[in-house]
Amino acid sequence: MLRHIARRLLHLIPMLLGITLISFAIIQLSPGDFLAEARMNPVVSSETVDRMRVSFGLDQPLHIQYLRWFWNALRLDFGYSFAFQVPVIWLIGSRLMNSVLLNLVSFAVAWAIAIPLGIHAARRQYTLSDNVLSFSAYLGISTPTFFSGLFLLYLAFRTGWFPIGGMTSIDHDFLPWWGKILDVAHHMVLPVLVLGVLSVAGLMRQMRANLLEVLRQDYVRTARSKGLAERVVINKHVVRNAINPLITIFGFSLGGLLGGSAILENVMGWPGIGKLIVEATIQKDLYVVMASLVLGSVTLVAGNLIADVLLVVSDPRIRYD
Amino acid sequence: MEQGRIGMVRQARPRGPEPVAIGQVRMQVHLAWRQLRRHRMALFGGGVLIVLYTLAIFAEFLAPYTLDFSDRERFFHPPIIPMFRDAQGFSPRPFVHGTTLADPGLRRFEVDPARRHYVRIFVRGEPYRLFGVVPSTLHLFGVDEPGRIFLMGTDQSGRDQFSRILYGSRISLTIGIMAAAVSIPIGMIYGGLAGYYGGRVDNVMMRLSEIIIAFPEFYLLLTLSAVLPSAVGCTTRFYLITLILSFIGWAGFSRLIRGVVLSLKEREYVLAAKAAGSDDFRIIVRHILPQTSSLVIVVVTLGIPGAILGESALSFFGFGVREPCASWGNLLTTASNLPTLILSPWLLFPGLFIIAAVVAFNLFGDGLRDALDPRHRTAS
Repeated sequence: MLRHIARRLLHLIPMLLGITLISFAIIQLSPGDFLAEARMNPVVSSETVDRMRVSFGLDQPLHIQYLRWFWNALRLDFGYSFAFQVPVIWLIGSRLMNSVLLNLVSFAVAWAIAIPLGIHAARRQYTLSDNVLSFSAYLGISTPTFFSGLFLLYLAFRTGWFPIGGMTSIDHDFLPWWGKILDVAHHMVLPVLVLGVLSVAGLMRQMRANLLEVLRQDYVRTARSKGLAERVVINKHVVRNAINPLITIFGFSLGGLLGGSAILENVMGWPGIGKLIVEATIQKDLYVVMASLVLGSVTLVAGNLIADVLLVVSDPRIRYD
Repeated sequence: MEQGRIGMVRQARPRGPEPVAIGQVRMQVHLAWRQLRRHRMALFGGGVLIVLYTLAIFAEFLAPYTLDFSDRERFFHPPIIPMFRDAQGFSPRPFVHGTTLADPGLRRFEVDPARRHYVRIFVRGEPYRLFGVVPSTLHLFGVDEPGRIFLMGTDQSGRDQFSRILYGSRISLTIGIMAAAVSIPIGMIYGGLAGYYGGRVDNVMMRLSEIIIAFPEFYLLLTLSAVLPSAVGCTTRFYLITLILSFIGWAGFSRLIRGVVLSLKEREYVLAAKAAGSDDFRIIVRHILPQTSSLVIVVVTLGIPGAILGESALSFFGFGVREPCASWGNLLTTASNLPTLILSPWLLFPGLFIIAAVVAFNLFGDGLRDALDPRHRTAS
């Protein structure tokens, strides 16, 4: 087990190199000389540009530039944002938690809804409620988040029940601490609804399929034939075994903590990483783009690793070497 | 033929794709079709797809207006729905009322109930070229000038949204297929080689494809499309976006193929081909990869909606297909401005088409998977 994890961690090194190399290549490919543009920009001081040039070796050949950038990135120095006039790491730090918060709450909501629904659908396979749930799940996974986001914003305006986009109200800073929490929660309802529906659809289908698989097993028949109450059979024997594969999905979802809400953040004006990367791409704020790309990928890879480990921990039948 | 005989012998094996001979292929197709016919949701999805693709193919003829037609006096005009009855009484023929712009600021249009414009079929209207070749002015339906029929309203330049959705469906519905056509062969060869050789080759090849998978999909789409040259025409841009989608798509697909090939390469017919002196590439392409065909069909059907969603998200943010071309994604861009959306909610219509297409592909793909995979077959 430990050896397996160690080997997976070793695999991460070439992967990290690959990820950073591709990110670097994409940035290099983008048209225009951004240093020249930064110099033209009156708000960027020439000292800043010079400092960037020296610390990132921008007058050096490409491979030196890459190594410099990689070395700096390892020490969490991702350079300077020309559009926001702050170091990239500050910018990312301020947005990171917003994305994580939004995604975490959506997961919690989605899991709390999806698992009971999946159990319900599987126990009543091919009945009306199962078919309705299945079709809704199809709708859920097929609706682009930017569409459902826009639609909910429109409804929010019509009804006036929810704030239209953003994360905080104008008077947020003047609220007491509990008021601040309520304010953010109020703003979070719609984005959580969109992301939650999306993951409920996927999770529910998975849970239903797992449960159907387990219901066919011999030990379920045994449990029933020895006269156990149906409630006990389902809760103690079936659900526990059917939930196992979902643990892996949980790991994968952790990987989406940063990237999962990217599109929606832009539609709903949620100040997270996904909104940052779109803004930065439009403004050609290259170092911000590069840092977001790398961080998003690293989170995803870490999530996959966790999923892998969780699978081994939760299912003793799986052995790696 | 040897392959066929060995295939028959191996029939007893319960799992995995089986080598099949020509006669068996027909039987398998027949079985799959019979299974698919019992899957009502899948048939529904297939039906919706046929309708959508028909709309796309005959867009010029079916659309009452052309892609670029604009009525400068009727920007953000609400939908005009044909009706049969008004204050003057009932008419067996559907008609629409004329409208005039009453308040440009609030985009209020006044309906003039005195002016009836009857809906006619096969009317002469804006000139176009059917399939880009045959010049014509014939449209399936329309109303006489100066009447207008905007079934789904108009956008900021007074262009008919319904017509633009039909034209846009060409881009949105082909991009998924095009992306699959590029990424599938690459993924098959790549996964085939990795799975067949195994060991160190497999290890290195899979690490490489994992790097592509490691990026959050939207981030990679976004940054790659930002690199594209911006001063190119619509068509070039469309092809470039297709390339990006394929670049992202092949990696995950190659992993699937590799997994199947890993198990297939141990089969006797592969050994037989080896013994007969076939070279590796021939074995992979002629003997192993054809056995993955049902997996490929399913993955393509379930992968196309991903590409449709990817393109529409990109175009929505202005990084994909751009004006004056229309795609379902970039038609929604106007709706992303909230004050505009609130006054003109019909701008959300293109989104319904995206959902319809993606749901249809998913339903159909799931049905296909059940039909092609013996393990999912319900007893008849």
